Amino acid sequence: MVKVALIGAGKMGISHLSILGAHPNVEIVGVCDTSKMVVDVLERYSGYKCFSDYLKMVDESQPDAVFVAVPTKHHYPMVKQLLKRGIHVFTEKPFCLNPEESFELSQLAKQTGLVNQVGYHNKFVGTFKEVKKLVKEGFIGEITHFQGEAYGPVAVKKKSETWRSDPNEGGGCLMDYASHVIDLINDIIAPIESCKGSILKSIYSKNVDDSVYALVSIKSGVSGVISVNWSDETYRKMSTSITIIGTEGKIVSDANELKIYFKGDKFPKGYSKGWNVKYVTDLTDEVNFYLRGEEYSAQIDYFIKSVKGETKKDINTFDSAWKTDKTISLIKNQSTL
Amino acid sequence: MDRIIFGDNQFFAVNHISDEKSRAQSIKFKDDSAIIKTLDIARESGINTFMCTTHDRIANICDIIRNNPTKYQDFKIYPCMPYAHKYANAVTELGIPGTLKQYVPGNFLGSLFKGGVAYLSKDYISIMELLIDSEMKMFKGINTPVIFLQNVITDLLLGLGMNEFLVAYAKYVKQKYNAEPGFITMNLPKLLNVLENGGIENPIICASINKVNFRMSGGKELYEKVLSEGRCRVIAMQVLGGGAIPAGEALEYVSNLPNVESILFGASSRQNIENTVETINHHDSKKMDLKLNLSNF
Repeated sequence: MVKVALIGAGKMGISHLSILGAHPNVEIVGVCDTSKMVVDVLERYSGYKCFSDYLKMVDESQPDAVFVAVPTKHHYPMVKQLLKRGIHVFTEKPFCLNPEESFELSQLAKQTGLVNQVGYHNKFVGTFKEVKKLVKEGFIGEITHFQGEAYGPVAVKKKSETWRSDPNEGGGCLMDYASHVIDLINDIIAPIESCKGSILKSIYSKNVDDSVYALVSIKSGVSGVISVNWSDETYRKMSTSITIIGTEGKIVSDANELKIYFKGDKFPKGYSKGWNVKYVTDLTDEVNFYLRGEEYSAQIDYFIKSVKGETKKDINTFDSAWKTDKTISLIKNQSTL
Repeated sequence: MDRIIFGDNQFFAVNHISDEKSRAQSIKFKDDSAIIKTLDIARESGINTFMCTTHDRIANICDIIRNNPTKYQDFKIYPCMPYAHKYANAVTELGIPGTLKQYVPGNFLGSLFKGGVAYLSKDYISIMELLIDSEMKMFKGINTPVIFLQNVITDLLLGLGMNEFLVAYAKYVKQKYNAEPGFITMNLPKLLNVLENGGIENPIICASINKVNFRMSGGKELYEKVLSEGRCRVIAMQVLGGGAIPAGEALEYVSNLPNVESILFGASSRQNIENTVETINHHDSKKMDLKLNLSNF
């Protein structure tokens, strides 16, 4: 059994906790949260040992691994302490407030050899996994341009302030929403290394951006557009999509549906010349416990397997999240020029 | 429960395979009259149960049903609570305590001590009861013989080991609404064990059941085994596997499974609704003929 503790029992934390609770190889040894009520309920009905001080929890419960699901500004100090204590870490996204902090943590993780993973769950979505495979194997030829988009209804009216609306705590559309798109592009194509122009717009929020539009490129010079808006109420929930144009074909994919066009006769097994459509249902492996999308269970299962030494430990590493933080910072800096 | 139950995903742009289809549905069902029109087509095809989430727009549909008592005389609604996005958005904005403050009716602290119950362990159950009441308000005066807990809540509680809430939900629904409690889940085998251990015998469970193992946690074989044991009253949903299986094949599989009491499906067009009903009826009558032949034998 892998002994796991959780810091931060908010929306993501509780979801992780439920999936961990149902995992056959996990024993939950502690939960840390600052809300008296949340702690009260978890102690009483789930029987978890709860704490308000995470270091006290770690010292007392001696976990093998810790899930960190607190506001981004706390990631750096907490993750550093955990790594120093020899504990494997899964942390929520975005990784850190700036790439310097992320770099330090990714180096520390490498030195210690501990398992390190960040919650960019899209990498466990069947359609995006297939897109990566098709691109890496060169089926759409040389990439000439890409577009990454995400839309959803997070801030659709002026409303009360939370940590998500505080730029110093890791809030805003770029950090919270666009980070998913950037992370996907960095992984599927190559890390975005330059930003030629960007606009960060507030629509309803007072202090943070509600939409992000950027013209970017990867090292080889291939260009791309990022268009993200979390104030679009025509979406029921977050919708992330990626379009990749190549010399031999074109891919348009979201988390549900993958459409791919092959120009010529070079296509993988199960596909044909012209347009092809695949659904996530065809591309998804069953999980042992389902809560809110196979990808959430799959990423936790991958982390636990990594702790047990059963994987290559190469999905969503701190190193990849550092590259994402670097791109975020590029886009942010460009917008203020 | 009726053999065929009509669902509501299509009305609220819930589509598991295509964002484009989801937008087309949003456009098609923009007005409540379009929902009512489709419900009436379902009724004409012989469906008399509508299983729906406690979405704000369902309140309008309930008004129409209440205002036409003769027309909807035999019509039943199975509410599924809560409409999760409402709470999920609130938790993002207000946090968990803030959300409870917003949605628990009346004075929050006062609610904690509802009915003067002094046992602390009872208090959070009381909050849940108040939330159930607030979700049920829109159905006043409508026949709701089964009331469901949505899978995101059922499965969240299941993973957290908060079995007491699941049992308390069942008790409260029976006692207050004189209805059968139902549970929607993506983890049928695991849930059934927990409910049985909590003293709930032969529970009503609505779960994803299809030929391609889609959202059947633990696997299709385990599901088929549990079904064959007849330990629960099952409503099969997502029978098309999110669209992965041709309808005829999908319905043949699920119609012939043992101990599946009802089949839940949603559709937008008259043709799809009528075809689905006819196909299920066709397989059922074939099964019935086979049984008769065997008993004559």
